[in-house]
Parts: sequence; C-alpha cells; structure tokens
Amino acid sequence: MADVTMVQALNRALRDSLADDDRMLLFGEDIGKLGGVFRVTDGLQDEFGEERVFDTPLAEAGIAGVAVGLSIAGWRPVVEMQFDGFSYPALDQVISHVAKYRNRSRGRQPMRMVVRVPFAGGYGGAEHHNDSPETYYAHTAGLKVVIPSAPLDAYSLLRASIADDDPVVFLEPKSRYWAKESGELPSDGEPIGRARAVRDGDACTIVAYGAMVARSLAAAKRLAGEGLECRVLDLRSLVPLDVEALGRAVRETGRAVVVHEAPLTLGFGAEVAARIMEEAFDHLEAPVARVAGYDIPYPPATLEQHYVPTAERIARAVRRTVEY
Amino acid sequence: MSGPRGVTRSADPDEPYRVLSVDGAGPPSVEPSELGLKDEDLRELYRQMVRVRRADLEATALQRQGELAVYPPLIGQEAAQVGSAFALEREDYIFPSYRELGAAVVRGVDLVEYLHFYRATWHGGTYDPNEHRFGMVSVPVGSQALHAVGYAMGMRKDGRPEIAVAYFGDGATSEGDLHEAWNFAAVFGAPVVFFCQNNQWAISVPLARQTVAPIWRKADAYGFPGVRVDGNDVLAVYQVTKEAAERARTEHVPTLIEALTYRLGPHSTADDAGRYQPKEQAEEWRGRDPLPRYERFLREAGLVDDELVAAAEADAKEFGRRMRDGVIASDPRPLPELFEWVFGGELPPALARQRDGLLREAGSSEGEG
Repeated sequence: MADVTMVQALNRALRDSLADDDRMLLFGEDIGKLGGVFRVTDGLQDEFGEERVFDTPLAEAGIAGVAVGLSIAGWRPVVEMQFDGFSYPALDQVISHVAKYRNRSRGRQPMRMVVRVPFAGGYGGAEHHNDSPETYYAHTAGLKVVIPSAPLDAYSLLRASIADDDPVVFLEPKSRYWAKESGELPSDGEPIGRARAVRDGDACTIVAYGAMVARSLAAAKRLAGEGLECRVLDLRSLVPLDVEALGRAVRETGRAVVVHEAPLTLGFGAEVAARIMEEAFDHLEAPVARVAGYDIPYPPATLEQHYVPTAERIARAVRRTVEY
Repeated sequence: MSGPRGVTRSADPDEPYRVLSVDGAGPPSVEPSELGLKDEDLRELYRQMVRVRRADLEATALQRQGELAVYPPLIGQEAAQVGSAFALEREDYIFPSYRELGAAVVRGVDLVEYLHFYRATWHGGTYDPNEHRFGMVSVPVGSQALHAVGYAMGMRKDGRPEIAVAYFGDGATSEGDLHEAWNFAAVFGAPVVFFCQNNQWAISVPLARQTVAPIWRKADAYGFPGVRVDGNDVLAVYQVTKEAAERARTEHVPTLIEALTYRLGPHSTADDAGRYQPKEQAEEWRGRDPLPRYERFLREAGLVDDELVAAAEADAKEFGRRMRDGVIASDPRPLPELFEWVFGGELPPALARQRDGLLREAGSSEGEG
C-alpha cells in the first residue's frame, strides 16, 4: 500500500472489524453521513447501513450508557466521543459501569466495547478540544487504555481493541491524524499491552505515547547529530503497562526521559518514573526526567507551541540527563 | 378508561389510575379476568407481596443485628414492585436500582445471593443477572435507565420480542441520565418501560424539591405516553405495566409509568426518616398499606380466607427464615476473587504481582494471628 494517514488507517480498521464481526456497532455524534468530524468513519454508514453505523442524540452519557445495555444484549459497541473535552459527561457511565460490570457480575457479563476519543492538542484547536484525559481512565480499574502513535500501528491496535473482551478507551492523537506512513496494514498485530522500541540507542531511553512519539523521534534525530543515540519506547497502551519492556530499556540505557502532553503533576510520567525506579533503580545513572505540559489549563492555539513538549525541550532534558 | 393510543388512565390523568378502591372494599373498577388474571394469579400476587414484606422486614432486622452492612427498605412499595414485575414476560430484562428486592423476589433471584451486596461480601450480589434477566444492583441514581434503553435497542436490532424495564425513583428523575434515557428511547423507538416508583422522598429531600411538573407528564415532552398509577394498587400497577410492556413489544413505543407510593421506612438503615418526614404524612400513608388493601379485596371476592392468609404467612415466614439462615451462614468471599474478574483472560503481569503480594501478606498475617 502507498502512504496511509492515521485517519485512513483507523477508518480501515473500523471497516475491517465491521466486516469481520456482525455484532459490532458504531455510533456517536456526526459519525454517519458526515463520517465524523475527522472523517474517521467516512463511508462506513453507506457500506454497513444505518442499523450498524448510526448517529445518536448529542449526549455523551447517553452514548456510553446505551453502549452498556447493548453490550449486555450481546452487541459490541464501538462509540465515538467527538472530542476529549466533550467526553466528561460520559465519565460516570464509564467509571461506574463500563469499568466495573465484569467484576460486579463475577465475570458473567463482560463489557465488550471501545470508547474512541480524539485527544490532545498541537493542532490549533479551540478550548475543550485539546485535553489529555488519559490518566482519568488509566486510574480506573477495569479499563484498558490504548494510544497509537502512527498509522500502521493504529490500524492493528484498534482492531485488537475491538476484538478485546475488556472495555478499551482508545485515545487518538489528533495532531497525528494526517501523518502519513507507508507500508502494508498489518494483518495480525500484537496483543494489547506491549510497548515497542521505535528507535534503538544506548545513551538514554525516551518513553512516550501518542503524538509525543514523533516529537521524541525528532529529538532523537537531533541528538544523534551530537553523538547521542537514544532509544525511543512507544508505550502503545497505558493499561496494561508493559513494565517489563520499560525495565529492560532502562537497564540497558541507564537513563530515562518520559514525555507527555498532559500536565506534569500526576501525569502518566509520574507512574512511569516510579515503575522505572522499582524495576531498574540500580541501573539508573541519573534521575528520571519528565517533559510534560504545565499545570495550567490548555492554552489558546496562539500559545500552544509553548505548552506541548517540543523536540528541543525533549532534547534538552536528554542532554541534562546524560550530563548528570 | 382509555387515553390516547390505548393508554389506560384516569379520567383526570393527574389522578392516579386505580382498579381497587383506596381501602380495597367494594368491587374493582375492572374485572381481573379482563386483565388476563386468573384466580390463581391473584392469589400468587398476594403470596408474593406477603413474601416480599417478610423478606424486607427480615433484611432490616438482619442489618440491625449486624448481619448486613446496610439495607434500603422497600416497605410500602410491595404492590408497585410485585405488580409491575409480575406483568412482564419471563425473558424481559429488568434493570433495577438498589431498592428492588421485591422485583427480585418475583424474578426468583436467590435473596441470599442478592443480599451479598448488602452484606458487603460482593458488589452487585452473586446472582447471575442474565439467568434471571435481572441486572446488577445499580447504585448511581438513575444510571441504569440508559442500560435498559441500550438493551432494548439491542433487542429491537435482533428482531427479538423481549423488552427492557428500568426501575428508578422520583429522585432519579432529576438526573441527566434519565433525560438522556427518555430521549434515546423515543428517538430509537426502544422497546422499554420506565417504571418510576415515586415514593415521595429522595433520602431527606421531598418530591417538591425534585420537580414541579408531575413526573408522568414529562413523557409528553419526549414523545411517548406517560401514566400515573396508584402504586399501592397491585392490580392497577399490573394493568398499566402489562399494557406498557405490550406497547413496547409490538409498537416499539416506550412508556413512562409513575407509580405513586410512599417510602414507609428510612432511605436506608443508616438514615433516620423521623428527622424529615412529617409524622402525619407517614401516618396517612401507613393507612394506605398495599397489603391489607389487596387482602380485603381478595377476601370480599372470596379468593382468600383465614386459612389461605395463614398459609401465605407461613410460606413467607419460611421464605424469610431460609434467607436469614443463608445470609448468616455466608462468609466473606475468598481474597483472590478481588483480582479475578477485573479483566478477562490472563491478569496483566503487573497486576498479578499486586495480587501475589497481597496474598503473601494476608497469608503471613494469618500465620502471625
């Protein structure tokens, strides 16, 4: 296949899953005729009909709540929250029921569903269109949290998430929606829960997910010019977290920088840093550094370039860590 | 009486629809046979109500004795719960709140398994929701109404005849989830019945602080019928629920039923209703107890006599005793179960380590003990 964008890869993943599993449903706001505000569901209603691909009233708690009922009825809902900042009305359903129904029913009633959320900023969005809510979900037992960073991997991760028997919150980095990658869409991807090294190196491990993977790669490229070869680890899923891969990478490089766009305090980087200390403390040559958004509301678009970690900020953190 | 689209209502629709007179004396407004109820069904309704009353009192007593952590009594609402659940087909799916022990009895849910929730031994109880078509106890107020709508949408997509019924109270009608549930149900033509037990109190807050408009009238704004029924009249509740269920099943039209009743007990055993319920109001409603009312009707109709009443009470006593013994005999669940169903399949390795650590710790502290 020629170049494919993440939007196209996600669209193919939804289409192939709809074709493979006639119990799968796709619904949300503007996902039918319009094909979603980002066109991720483009053409799917035409192909699979309005019974399986449909628009709902504008009500996020309703979308998540009826997905619970449809799941009990034996369907497999894949729902879209239009934007990160609009997903909060659904939190009660997601936290109180989607995450807990399997446990509450002693395994008798799993919640087979995917909640897709276009997330994070870096693309010039208005207020409420740039949030990084991943830790809310990752902190809720019973949910899996999957975040792709590139088109081909997005395809296999979304397909694996739809096939999974647990509820998956699937966060799609909007600023990478139009990034292109060339290659074949993987026919069978890895199961959820494995990180992957997207660049090898021994000077330092840069841990990232979503849109920050590309920026970490750009930083690594910059640092390579200075003679520092960095490993870049794409977490791919925050839950389950690939603790083993994290420990191994840091044992081999002795240094780690973790990057995310969400605010620093209590961001996922805190968890990563703690895990690294538990797994590889004796191998650490320097404290784990965090590069993150600030503890402020996401800024307006004209200032967001100062908020979202840049390749240069990441590179600076790596240099400090190496020089420590 | 019939209203629009064959909806049975009182002539003044704000007046609750009744079949029995307010004290059960005199003839019913509709012959039970017209409702499809045989004599044996009428006796069975009575037996179930007596069982529910007994089990509910027994559960309250168990809490007072320290055998349950907490319990939300339903005393006063037996007719509403038994009459509505009795009107459903066996495969129809009930989505209860946390005060639906009465509906659970009709569904044959084992009350020991049900009360695991209130014994704090397992969230949701240990019964199989799908076997009994009785969903897990749902505590976030009103949240289960959306599950009922989703389930009903799923049944319709499959072309199946089953419907869903959401149980909730007057307080829940203030929650956004109910608005979304009513609206989704109407937009998608979901075969669902919304059964609101308006027991006048949401813990300490009276109905007047929840809504100005009568609850049943809200249905009109969503585009489906609403009915106000006397929730202490088991036959009227049966009739309007049966009709609503058939309307859902055959026409895919939801119905909102407002069953007017009263919470004769506290919100839960942790609550003191004496602090806020006006005494006269509670007394007045105690005089409208659904059990003596129905019993009077049955006696006048020659359907029960002293012997049958005594037999129903003996049956309920035995039912309550088995429940009581079962509850007292049930231990906390084995510790590893806390991790068993958080995820399907293999536990993620990091979580397996947490489990193993806890089990080691618990094992060694047992050793110390």
